[in-house]
Amino acid sequence: MNVNPVALPGEPRVDLEQALAHGLSEQEFRLIERRLGRTPTFTELGVFSVMWSEHCSYKSSRRHLAKLPNKGPMVVSAAGENAGALDIGDGWLAVFKIESHNHPSFVEPYQGAATGVGGILRDIFAMGARPVASLNSLKFGSFANARTRYLLGGVVGGIGGYGNCVGVPTVGGEVMFDDAYNDNILVNAFCLGLARQGDLQSARAKGVGNPVLYVGSATGRDGIHGASLLASAEFDESSESKRPTVQVGDPFTQKLLIEACLEAIKTGAVVALQDMGAAGLTSSSAEMAARGKLGIELDLDRIPLREPNLTPYEMLLSESQERMLIVAEKGRERELIELFEKWDLQAVAVGQLTDDGHWRVSWRGHLVADIPVAALADEAPAYERPFAPPANPAPDCGAPPRHPAPAQALRCLMDSPNVGSKRWVYRQYDSIVQSNTVIEPGSDSAVLRIKGTRRALALAVDSNPRTCALDPYLGAIATTLEAARNLACAGARPIGITDCLNYGNPERPEVMWQFVRGVDGIRDAAQALDTPVVSGNVSFYNETRGRAIPPTPTIAMVGLLEDVECRRTQFFQRPGDVIVLLRTSIPALAASEYDALFGGGGRLNAIDLKKERALIEVLLTLAAQKLIGSAHDVADGGLAVALAECCFGPMGNLGAAVEVDVNGIDRPANLFGEGASSVILSVPPEAVAKVEQIVAGRGLEYRRIGTVLKEPWLRIDSDIQLEVAELRTIYEQALPRRIQGHG
Amino acid sequence: MKWGVVTFPGSLDDRDALFALRDVLEQDAELLWHKDRDLRNADCVVLPGGFSYGDYLRCGAMARFSPVMESVVDFARRGGLVLGICNGFQILCEAHLLPGALTRNRSLSFICERIIVKVENSQTPFTCAADSGELLRLPIKHGEGRYVAPADELRRMEDRGQILLRYVDQNGEATDSANPNGSTHCIAGVANDTFNVFGLMPHPEHAVEPMLGGDDGIRIFRSIIQSLG
Repeated sequence: MNVNPVALPGEPRVDLEQALAHGLSEQEFRLIERRLGRTPTFTELGVFSVMWSEHCSYKSSRRHLAKLPNKGPMVVSAAGENAGALDIGDGWLAVFKIESHNHPSFVEPYQGAATGVGGILRDIFAMGARPVASLNSLKFGSFANARTRYLLGGVVGGIGGYGNCVGVPTVGGEVMFDDAYNDNILVNAFCLGLARQGDLQSARAKGVGNPVLYVGSATGRDGIHGASLLASAEFDESSESKRPTVQVGDPFTQKLLIEACLEAIKTGAVVALQDMGAAGLTSSSAEMAARGKLGIELDLDRIPLREPNLTPYEMLLSESQERMLIVAEKGRERELIELFEKWDLQAVAVGQLTDDGHWRVSWRGHLVADIPVAALADEAPAYERPFAPPANPAPDCGAPPRHPAPAQALRCLMDSPNVGSKRWVYRQYDSIVQSNTVIEPGSDSAVLRIKGTRRALALAVDSNPRTCALDPYLGAIATTLEAARNLACAGARPIGITDCLNYGNPERPEVMWQFVRGVDGIRDAAQALDTPVVSGNVSFYNETRGRAIPPTPTIAMVGLLEDVECRRTQFFQRPGDVIVLLRTSIPALAASEYDALFGGGGRLNAIDLKKERALIEVLLTLAAQKLIGSAHDVADGGLAVALAECCFGPMGNLGAAVEVDVNGIDRPANLFGEGASSVILSVPPEAVAKVEQIVAGRGLEYRRIGTVLKEPWLRIDSDIQLEVAELRTIYEQALPRRIQGHG
Repeated sequence: MKWGVVTFPGSLDDRDALFALRDVLEQDAELLWHKDRDLRNADCVVLPGGFSYGDYLRCGAMARFSPVMESVVDFARRGGLVLGICNGFQILCEAHLLPGALTRNRSLSFICERIIVKVENSQTPFTCAADSGELLRLPIKHGEGRYVAPADELRRMEDRGQILLRYVDQNGEATDSANPNGSTHCIAGVANDTFNVFGLMPHPEHAVEPMLGGDDGIRIFRSIIQSLG
């Protein structure tokens, strides 16, 4: 067939101006013309604009992401499929990924966040894995910004509204408030699935002549250009008008899709399966064909439509939710269609695989697009964007520090929305459905048992934008290490990483530099931990009116417990237990919550990756030998806050009396500093000698600092003596009182 | 005895109820499909939690019209035991097998947490393995759990002992602060006037293993087993 696709009546003319309006550069437009040997049709231009968008093509990041280690003895699938998969033993695979939905959530918080959850779930069950847990990492502006309450309420409502209704527990996450996110919030959603070995589903098309099935919701006009215009451009005053590019979620249909797709995969009639996510029908069909080095033909007259008269352009670019594309085994279409009907879902044959490597689309008897598959996928541009550190590092213009009395500083920190309890948030999420959640939200990691085995998986998600703002390389390392420590505190060995890299405009060299240094940091930390990065997502253009967010690489990490009985929470267990402090370096006020409140900043400490690895190994040994009652990573707010948190047991408060003053360490830094990779352990007295043996010679600072008390008082040195109940009330109210508008 | 757990489109805790019954309590239990009218000789039918039909309309309003519900209504009228948990409770109210209705939580948001309920009447097939006045720690997770009923109906229910569970504090007092969703009279679970249909907002099937935060939910299932044994 040597016929060129036709321009449709009434379609806009395709020229450079039109291409620029689609977010393509002049150079890219010329490349398209050369590749096709002609000017693309309007439909084809739309298709290129989404497939070559930053969001879909990773054109600025691809070359750097290749540096991340993604191999290891447990890795079953890493780059190239919908999500990463690890073999966790006993015939089970853990499948997981994190993804951003930042811009949609800023424009329409409820639906933006809801469809972020929906999209990541589809990536997981497209792999043949049942989604078993969600996490999220959220960044909002400060409460001084009037829009923050609205965005927080909408995002949390959307995550809950979707997650609760599909029956996937939301078991953890993080929430931060900072002025730097006033005009560009972050919503990163993670999902973990479990698959039986052998059930893993590929997204690689195979078998010329195999039919292509469209399943799920009908196609409407929502989400058109979500990937190209919304996700791949900065925000400005017109962003509000992009609200129609945000999709609307239908979790009920998604729940049916999960069950139907998992059942369909079991039949063996599914050759390849992919979510119609960003760039919908276009990306799913082109990517599956590209992986299999095949061609694909689609007949748009067969696409189920929500409303009549959608143009080919709209059908191909729609991001309507809850749709999947299946390559089926020829001759078994009927079986699959009936299976989907059982779940009240439509499944329709809309095309087939071909051998000529072309992506060919017809509509009402016309050929409307004919593009080599490779041009849409692997041959999309990849840029080596220039990068350079900022010429003039931001001057330290902070006011001189004021150091309140330690007890008062502690009260203020407990009241900070970044430190205070996130119960207001996670109480709105079903965290227990599926009956696996053995450590619930509120501790360092969530832990899920795997039914029918002794094993369990721990999950943590972390980010550290303030540290990254000071040093994007050290910040990325610190973030990765923090996630690993959170897992190790629960007793789980880190086994895999998925990263969501949130940055500003990559066309600016200083932003590109932050990104490159961030990837370097994750690489070095992942190598030091022997933990592969098996999936991830990049979100650029997080800036408004030229002001970028601080570099925010979000690290979600999965950990494995061979024995669920070895799990530990952060909460002190028994009065009389010895409180031990383990750390790799000396805490500093730089990038701390204390600095944000009172000043005092300064410089970040260097990180010794050997010691960091040693700390993780020590924690794992202590957990495996059941020598400790609890373990808590010292994070926002520093040591004093962490000690208080250890006292807030789910079944009631305990107390603690500790001596932490050390010669040579600045007092506020010692009490409230961060960045020292510190862990608080509680150890039954009879196990202390054994613990000391295990810690000795590892290069870690080890100190017995005190004792767990039955009386619920927190006593730190001579200057902090506070009732735990008082601190807990402040901590529990930090968020609610601001949301109710009294902050 | 035999258990049937109904799967509606959008049911979520159906597998959890099945797991609790089969794997933890070692009962004979199976899933019943919403399009089937056959209850497969179940002695007790469980309507599980979830968002049947997405609950886009009033919760439970669509599920009530499922083919399986015709059989469940028949079964209940003949005295069969029916247990509705969360969305199942909402469906039972919509199907008029239980009085009253479940409305939006007073906080206007979804709530997932552990609460305490007091067993108010232990002379029923659903509570006979507990003591009257016994406190149970159970999880709730719902957005529409505020129980309401007309005042005269409520009075009759109170008089007849149809209020089986009430939200209480650690001392067993039905205080306002112990009431998570604003339910009238702190009501967490009610039976019909013949005591063979029981609906409750807390999830006993999520409280059957200490590892998962407690096993007080076993009391409810044991009661049913005991009453049929």
